[in-house]
Amino acid sequence: MESISKSIPKRDHFPKISGSAKYVDDLSFEGMLHGKIVRSTVACADIKEILIPDLPEGYFVIDKNDIPGINSVHIVDDDTPVFSDGTVNYVGEPILMVAGKDLKVVNRLMKLIKVVYDEKEPVLDMMKSETIFYQYGYTKGDWETAFREADKIIEEDFQTGYQEHTYMEVQGMIGFYENGKSIVRGSMQCPYYVHTAVKRAMGLESDKVQVIQEEMGGAFGGKEDYPSILGCQVAVAAYKTGKPVKVVFDRSEDIICSPKRHPAKMHYRAAIKNGKITGIDADIVYNCGAYTTLSPVVLQRGLICATGVYNFKNLRVRGKGVKTNTVPNGAFRGFGGPQTFFAIEMFMDHLAKEIGMDSLSLKESMVVKQGDDSATSGKYHFHIPFPEMIEKLDQMSDFRKKREAFRNQTGRYRSGIGLSLVYHGCGFTGSGERDLIKGVVKIVKNTDDTVELLTAGTDMGQGLKTAFAKIASDTLEIPLERIIVRNPDTDRVPNSGPTAASRSLMVVGKLLQRAAEKLKQDWKPGEYQEFVEKYVHPDFMIPWDLSKFQGDPYPDYSWSANAVEVKVDTLTATTEIVGAWGVYDVGTPIDMAIIKGQMQGGFLQAIGYGSMELLDVNDKGVIRNNSFSDYIIPTSMDVPHLETEVVENTYENGPFGGKGAGELPAVGGAPAYVEAMENALGVNLHHTPFSQEDTMKVLEAFKK
Amino acid sequence: MNGQIHFTLNGEKVTSDRHANERLLDVLREDFKLTGVKCGCKEGECGACSVLLNGVLANSCMVAMGSIEGSEVVTIEGYSKTKRFQALSDAYAQTSAVQCGFCIPGMVLACEALLAKNPNPTDAEIRKGISGNLCRCTGYNAIVEAVKIAAREGKGLW
Repeated sequence: MESISKSIPKRDHFPKISGSAKYVDDLSFEGMLHGKIVRSTVACADIKEILIPDLPEGYFVIDKNDIPGINSVHIVDDDTPVFSDGTVNYVGEPILMVAGKDLKVVNRLMKLIKVVYDEKEPVLDMMKSETIFYQYGYTKGDWETAFREADKIIEEDFQTGYQEHTYMEVQGMIGFYENGKSIVRGSMQCPYYVHTAVKRAMGLESDKVQVIQEEMGGAFGGKEDYPSILGCQVAVAAYKTGKPVKVVFDRSEDIICSPKRHPAKMHYRAAIKNGKITGIDADIVYNCGAYTTLSPVVLQRGLICATGVYNFKNLRVRGKGVKTNTVPNGAFRGFGGPQTFFAIEMFMDHLAKEIGMDSLSLKESMVVKQGDDSATSGKYHFHIPFPEMIEKLDQMSDFRKKREAFRNQTGRYRSGIGLSLVYHGCGFTGSGERDLIKGVVKIVKNTDDTVELLTAGTDMGQGLKTAFAKIASDTLEIPLERIIVRNPDTDRVPNSGPTAASRSLMVVGKLLQRAAEKLKQDWKPGEYQEFVEKYVHPDFMIPWDLSKFQGDPYPDYSWSANAVEVKVDTLTATTEIVGAWGVYDVGTPIDMAIIKGQMQGGFLQAIGYGSMELLDVNDKGVIRNNSFSDYIIPTSMDVPHLETEVVENTYENGPFGGKGAGELPAVGGAPAYVEAMENALGVNLHHTPFSQEDTMKVLEAFKK
Repeated sequence: MNGQIHFTLNGEKVTSDRHANERLLDVLREDFKLTGVKCGCKEGECGACSVLLNGVLANSCMVAMGSIEGSEVVTIEGYSKTKRFQALSDAYAQTSAVQCGFCIPGMVLACEALLAKNPNPTDAEIRKGISGNLCRCTGYNAIVEAVKIAAREGKGLW
């Protein structure tokens, strides 16, 4: 283990464990008002009329007419309104805000407001949508010939469902308007995204908008795009009322209106010739919901991942993101990857059966290695440690032996084991780092020789403050106690980019290391010094061309191999998860305990995605299970034996050899789980989550 | 009767004139400013608002003020002054079990409730003991490990 990997107590450990850390809902300000948002109760309508009762003094209604700038939230595109512009496109769409001193009075007023709708037929089925927001495609080799000359063509459909982030802390923001300046503070991953959005909605210049991140109670992607929307709303409310306005959701509101993982439907074809897969053709649809938010980039990543970790010589991948009258979907750990990885991993398992191989042997025979072309005609520039990872996974889980032993079972209890091989591309997709983000960091040395790291990077629990401090401390060779890392405030920190895309450590951490190296060389005791470092695009990358969907979408990839073992009770259709094992390559871990925590937490989320996390939208477009009682996530009892290991594969362009880590474990859990269910039940399965009811359906079908 | 409700909060005698059907959670956060008590769901599912009520772990969002007359309530703010907390905190630090931290005050009190009854719990007993407290970050392993460390290194405290 590298010396930097040795774990240290996390910087935010004590304030959080002692309850003294302040999250947005713990903050209160002089004269502060509480806001609640009136939301659409129908999926598609024009608003005919809004009946508002007489408001008591000090109570306000804030709507589209109060927006001083433009009624649109800048995310990637600008189609999301701050408040409804007269139409509503999903259940939960914000129409107006009620704000006042006493939340109970606000809640009473909310119930008295009547919105009269002219309802239209909503589009809820993504396959029936006629509005395509985004569409991309690419080919490699000669896929047409492969299919024309195939001995056999196998076709299958796959489907993945929603996933709700279920961060423990709901969304929340406080807006202020003071002396012509908008200030927004709250729970957010990307202060500069909020900054850009608030500028536009408020019609203000950059220096008249300040965004401050508070302690964040989890995010997982769910606080990447949404805080831009809520940030604009509280900014407008503060502007209108002249008071600080706090909006903190309750749990059901959060589930109804915050973005989720995109549901997907995926049609795959494989050309088989002489017992080999000679071509793959994938046709993918992601349900974006009513507005575009981050969907173009989510879809791009999904399509890049569509053929998995395998070296297919001939392929075609096409995909579209479509509009439906449902909650807009957005970023979620894995960011488009878990959907297509589920499809390709299941498909490979099924193709192995067709070919007459066991699935791991087929996967091993086709897995990519250093120097291979990627699906998008880029290149895998660095070592891919799958052989040693699979070996380690087999040692941990006894996969090969169990897989063999679990064939042709009879009796009440049936065991199964599944395995997935996946990656997560590190950093922003395509040329985003170079063309859009252009990250900048600053290091300041104070006269007392303490060193402050100024970035827009936010700690949502993943340990960013600790990791950044370690990078600076080890580079400067000064004690950790002299390194200062605060929550970002856009008045103080440069725009180092969003805390997303598994980029913070690899990209921003590298910039910090470079700045620290310069400071070290020029260290002047007792003097104030500052160093600014700007993003430099790696020169080895094959340029990404979005119009052709070709090139290197990422400089490097993090890899993982996952296995899950289940025991199914065929009488009750209940499934016990006997074990879950994951092996990860995240470069050099900057802190081993943090990496373990990331891998274990992400893996459990991914098993939840595969097994129990079912979000159901009814035929009116209403999310039926908008509570913790009905949307079920794993507890400490569900996967008691979950084991993770890392292989150390130093990434030469990352700080101390580190690369992206946070999203990787969210990718491979679902296919490993569902493959285990297939193995136990002896059938091919095609969707996630695969619930107890699904197991029951399979068992019922056996009886017939 | 002035309608006041009397109880002991973190060792001090206090009164509240909130209505009997108000949630203990809201009273603790709003009136006593004990914001270490977190609100995750208000339906008794997540455990973020856990407190010790007469030594028993309780979701304070599900406790009506009318039911706590004469009771003893301990929140993380009170518990964090104890040696037992220190042992748990040190153990959590060793395993980096605190990620976003939002579930952690409640989780720590769940660990206390468990260790108070069973100072040497097995893995399975620990997992059962914390099963009413949801954590979305850690996958629970680091927390289970921390409880084992605390039980070992804090021997005699429980």
